[in-house]
Amino acid sequence: MEAKEIEKLAKLARLEITQETIDETAKSITEVLALVDQLQSADTGDIAPMAHPLDAVQVLRKDEVTESDTREQLQAIAPATEDGLYLVPKVID
Amino acid sequence: MHNLTIAEISKKLQEKEFSSKEITQHFLDRIKRLDGTYNSFITLTEQEALAQAEAADKRLATGDAPTMCGVPIAHKDIFCTQGVKTTCGSRMLENFIAPYDATIVSNYKTAGAVTLGKTNMDEFAMGSSNETSYFGSVKNPWDVECVPGGSSGGSAACVAAQLAPAASATDTGGSIRQPASLCGLTGLKPTYGRVSRWGMIAFASSLDQAGTLTKTAEDSAIMLNVMASYDAKDSTCVNEPIPDYTATLNDSIKGLTIGVPKEYFGEGLHPGTELAVKNAIETYEKLGAKIKEISLPHSSLSVPAYYVIAPAECSANLSRFDGVRYGHRCEDPKNLEDLYMRSRGEGFGPEVKRRILVGTYALSAGYYDAYYSKAQKVRRLIKQDFVDAFKDVDVILGPTSPSPAFKFGAKGDDPVAMYLEDIYTIATNLAGLPGMSIPCGLVEDKPVGLQLIGNFFAEGKLLNVAHQFQLATDFHTLRAKVDE
Repeated sequence: MEAKEIEKLAKLARLEITQETIDETAKSITEVLALVDQLQSADTGDIAPMAHPLDAVQVLRKDEVTESDTREQLQAIAPATEDGLYLVPKVID
Repeated sequence: MHNLTIAEISKKLQEKEFSSKEITQHFLDRIKRLDGTYNSFITLTEQEALAQAEAADKRLATGDAPTMCGVPIAHKDIFCTQGVKTTCGSRMLENFIAPYDATIVSNYKTAGAVTLGKTNMDEFAMGSSNETSYFGSVKNPWDVECVPGGSSGGSAACVAAQLAPAASATDTGGSIRQPASLCGLTGLKPTYGRVSRWGMIAFASSLDQAGTLTKTAEDSAIMLNVMASYDAKDSTCVNEPIPDYTATLNDSIKGLTIGVPKEYFGEGLHPGTELAVKNAIETYEKLGAKIKEISLPHSSLSVPAYYVIAPAECSANLSRFDGVRYGHRCEDPKNLEDLYMRSRGEGFGPEVKRRILVGTYALSAGYYDAYYSKAQKVRRLIKQDFVDAFKDVDVILGPTSPSPAFKFGAKGDDPVAMYLEDIYTIATNLAGLPGMSIPCGLVEDKPVGLQLIGNFFAEGKLLNVAHQFQLATDFHTLRAKVDE
């Protein structure tokens, strides 16, 4: 894993990795991927991928409103709001 | 008072030997006096605890209060608590006050339990030594130069130092059982889906499960009785009947078949730990159990499979921390992308970043089949090993951790060495099975744990097998020396 690849991944993950730590990050991720590569030794032929330990399926419920309006409580913990809206930097010029 | 188990505290509360307020104050005083050494709590909830204790005393006075009424406990700081900070050990949530209680927190409140505070943990539960917490590492009460294990290190250390009789915790790859092993406690990770995950901050959703750190298996049973519930708010919670887990503790284990996987006794296992586990096997034979060597042939692939699946799920789950709706936000963002990148870059520590990047890589175009899909296939092979084994055995037994507690920094710059700390515990999370760790001896004056793995939803059997061991041995009564 090269520093350049880390930069690309960091961009995909929307996660700033500082220049000072990028080589160290690349080195440790290379080590993790070497560990993970042991998986390639397994014969998985026609085994189906397993996403849930109990192979459960999505639980469905009636399309009814079951929760009360908690907008005020939820917005009280936001970094910046105005008139019930979340504030972010301008997106469209 | 702090020497007591939940079962003993409950009995004394019901018999009015002391009040909930008295014992709650006793533990609060201990935490304030001693936790400077251990750093096991992030937040102490003194006012709330005393108010809860007062309410519990009123309920106890009626003579009709449930077992946990008035019993003080601590919660891992991964569980949302209304009106009280929930940090998940991260700068990202340093000032986060959840607008609601996690289901398990409300279950304990309904049962009348008192919350002493919120315990320290590895950041977002990612770590096996509690060294990744933004709020500083937690010291092991058996040896303050050693780690308590992780990620539930604060929950384990506070019980081991007797600053709380018990604590809630979570286990994604060993985060209850490994600290239990390193701190000489009884740790229980129930079957995936047994306990609601609602309000428990998600790390890897198909692996995360809440459980307990206690002094005894009996206390684990009492706590699971409160904690387990079907919850429509967690779509992966399973609607299976919930028995009284204390009712079967005293069942005889004569004729029980215990499987011992040969793969759990290979290279990397400390000879002292191996001897302690072998002695435990002899104890079970004396109790009338039959021992059978078994094989879990895909064991060596559990750590590699986990380090694809867990980071993949973490990279998706942690995308919610965007600096917009809650959590850390950077100063003066230039634009929306800068807001995301810097808020997350500043809010997360190195191990969390590493896992987000590994997960992003495993899920990215061109790598999905080679990593994520492959790991999910191997996951099925690992589960099938257990399904096959449980055709012939009732319980599986082995070591919890390869060695006793290690020194701070010993595995600091090598993530893979740290990941191998969970080599015996990770497979049960991948399979979704319940697992426990109970103390089985001291090695280099530090405790080591015996791991017991049960079949799906067989927590009753698991607790029974653990309790019978604790009736026959006294390892679980050994306590760390606390400088009072």
